[in-house]
Amino acid sequence: MTTPETTSFAGIRRFSARFPLASRILERLLLSLLLLFAVSVMIFGGIEALPGDFASTYLGQSATPEAVARIRSELGLDQSIVTRYVDWLGGAMTGDFGNSWASGQSVGEQIGKRLGNSLFLAFFAAIVAVPLAVGLGLLAVRFRNKLPDKLINILSLAAVSLPEFFVGYLLILIFVVTYGAAVFPSTVYDSMSLLDRLNAIVLPVATLVLVVLAHMMRMTRAAIIQVMSSAYMETAELKGLGALRAIIKHAAPNALAPIINVVALNLAYLIVGVVVVEVVFVYPGMGQYMVDAVTVRDLPVVQACGLIFAAIYIGLNMTADILAILANPRLRHPR
Amino acid sequence: MPDLLKVSGLKIEATVYPPGEDPQRVTIVEEVNFTLEKGKVLGLIGESGAGKSTIGLAALAYGRGGVEITGGKVELNGEDLLSLSKSGIRKVRGARVCYVSQSAAASFNPAHKLGDQVIEATVRHGLMSREDARRRADHLFDVLGLPEPKTFGKRYPHQVSGGQLQRAMTAMALCSNPDLIVFDEPTTALDVTTQIDVLAAIKHAIEETDTAALYITHDLAVVAQISDDIMVLKSGKTVEHGSVAQVIEAPREDYTRALVNVRSIRHEEKQDQSEHFFEMAGIDAAYSGGVKVLSDVSLHVPKGQTLAIVGESGSGKSTMARVATGLLPPSAGSVSLGGEVLPPALKQRSRDQLRKLQLIYQMADTAMNPRQTVGNIIGRPLTFYEGLRGSARKKRVQELLDQIEMGSGFHDRYPAELSGGQKQRVAIARALAAGPEVIICDEPTSALDPLVADGILKLLLDLQKQKDLAYVFITHDIAIVRAIADSVAVMFQGELVRFGPKSEVLSPPFDDYTDLLLKSVPEMRLGWLEEVLASRKMSAGGN
Repeated sequence: MTTPETTSFAGIRRFSARFPLASRILERLLLSLLLLFAVSVMIFGGIEALPGDFASTYLGQSATPEAVARIRSELGLDQSIVTRYVDWLGGAMTGDFGNSWASGQSVGEQIGKRLGNSLFLAFFAAIVAVPLAVGLGLLAVRFRNKLPDKLINILSLAAVSLPEFFVGYLLILIFVVTYGAAVFPSTVYDSMSLLDRLNAIVLPVATLVLVVLAHMMRMTRAAIIQVMSSAYMETAELKGLGALRAIIKHAAPNALAPIINVVALNLAYLIVGVVVVEVVFVYPGMGQYMVDAVTVRDLPVVQACGLIFAAIYIGLNMTADILAILANPRLRHPR
Repeated sequence: MPDLLKVSGLKIEATVYPPGEDPQRVTIVEEVNFTLEKGKVLGLIGESGAGKSTIGLAALAYGRGGVEITGGKVELNGEDLLSLSKSGIRKVRGARVCYVSQSAAASFNPAHKLGDQVIEATVRHGLMSREDARRRADHLFDVLGLPEPKTFGKRYPHQVSGGQLQRAMTAMALCSNPDLIVFDEPTTALDVTTQIDVLAAIKHAIEETDTAALYITHDLAVVAQISDDIMVLKSGKTVEHGSVAQVIEAPREDYTRALVNVRSIRHEEKQDQSEHFFEMAGIDAAYSGGVKVLSDVSLHVPKGQTLAIVGESGSGKSTMARVATGLLPPSAGSVSLGGEVLPPALKQRSRDQLRKLQLIYQMADTAMNPRQTVGNIIGRPLTFYEGLRGSARKKRVQELLDQIEMGSGFHDRYPAELSGGQKQRVAIARALAAGPEVIICDEPTSALDPLVADGILKLLLDLQKQKDLAYVFITHDIAIVRAIADSVAVMFQGELVRFGPKSEVLSPPFDDYTDLLLKSVPEMRLGWLEEVLASRKMSAGGN
């Protein structure tokens, strides 16, 4: 019925049959690019559809029709939406996100600094959260259905159930207001030493850790329990292997894929989803930069932030998927 | 000669958690005694729940799930394994006593190469150097008849077939030169033509290495080929224990006699098979991805008769069921019922067309919603097809329950409270509720114990007589075909090899495949395996 189609797909099918690993990874990469492109359209279109106009907000009382028109033509707003999109995307691909409408500074430069701060925060949150979550997950499996397991489960669930801004204010109330043991606000400056910076971010890091811990811990626990109940773990026990060797050699390689996935998802959240936490702790990261830009309708900044957030999110998820593909022996060693 | 293994007064208990009740202790195995000499094979036989696997694992001092060995002794060379410390028993497992499970496919770790897994225990227990163990593994692969024994160990589990995996697991058990191997249904999950090869390989390897073995199975015909002694178990107790010849040829107990004489159903083949009441003509089918699974298959069955489709896994027999019901529309050919051509896809068929063609699945467990009562499961098609509700529906459900020989007490029970055979009966009642003319039975008895399966087959035959039903009965079991079929279709790799009245299909002259298939079915007599192997060698030599 569909002869021309089948012949053009035949080559692809042959390739994917011979190199299942490479073709899966390639497929995943292409999908990510496509996704990123779709997101760029949505960001641009979505912001275009926002009510309000920069020129009238900027000019305030002195917004005469002539002044508004002048500013609009200065910013290129009088051109068609397609032209502006193509210009913007072309610039973004070379790292040029244009200039901020509000400050006139280069958006790329500003974002570089802010992104650095966000990554700094996310990095330390991840360094604490990932080993802690995996460790607690292992502990929960070791004492499955006993007190430690239940305690870990209840506490981590409680932590994830509270909204992050509430956790943030709670920590501020306890550690800053009542005991004076921590610093607030968590603002960092270029002139601060590393130690000062670390000291400043203790509370936001703690908040983030509490938020992402439960998800990763529970997935680790579930993944390992799933593997531990499989027949090959019984085989390992009936071979007379020790518990530790059985877990490391036989359980771990098979539990890896789901754990990688949930870790990547949470890492992405740590970078992308921290807007609220940054605002609560007055931390100069990407999230706050974006929120500030939205309030003054500084569109180039909002668009750039949105695109970078999307790219990070898609990139991390893609990495997780590729790692999971690599961890699958069926794909690494085809028949 | 001192006994290698001496099991005495074995008692095994488990804690069960019935829904809504307090946990209960149940006894799984009680007062089991036996001894095993070096180089001998003891067959443990019984139906599911007889405790045979539990006894086998007790030889490794292991209890699966919540199972605990609470009494008796398991002595290996005079040393009680049950009194050993944790590290003590670890030294025994994988070194002196090894285990071969039913599903090698699940028992090998997908992340490691077969060779590494085969030698792991031997090397970890310090019995051999890695190089020596590898050489031994290669030798065992050769003895077990695996292809390219030198490089076989470099493959991953998913890269070899089920029969090869089962042999690789036997190699894994033999690698450490153990005193005793526990084989837990090692051939049950295999096709008959594969089973015979694995059985021969295991027998050969046991003889060669002079290892003692416990051979667990539910198939008396299989155990007769490989054991020296047989122990028949029922509900965790010994029914009969004796030499193979005595148990097979002169069973002392009624229960053993029932096992020996299972498949006693006789069904007279109906003479006139010309009617094309249900017909599948020129069927081609492929799954998405373009893999062709059926090519040009044509079959028919008259009203009130049974067509058995027989073949091994991958032969396309279950795909026939999917095509017939419209779950997989064929790429060529047509399905017709009572002279009316049915639309190829399920969605295009009218409610009445759906009603006439019903399906019974292999796993009654997964084919029923565990949260619905038996009354709802059977009542649903009554409402769907006939619009019955309330007391009228309840009355009809009760009639159906009577037809499947289950009492009124089952109306409000849940599937989890039923035995395997009862579940399959409920599935049959659900199919009957629609008022079908043709029922497609996809291996409805292959997950059941032989005696229970017999009951289901008898029920199906009775219902056929009462309601003039046509059956398309898909199975891999030649014995069932003999018992119930009027006509037989043999399938191999998606093609119809042979089709016609049972008496013709199952009598010579045979094509090569049907011949192989028929010869591979274990027969319940001593020396059958040797005869088949000898005749194979002769025909191989003749070529």
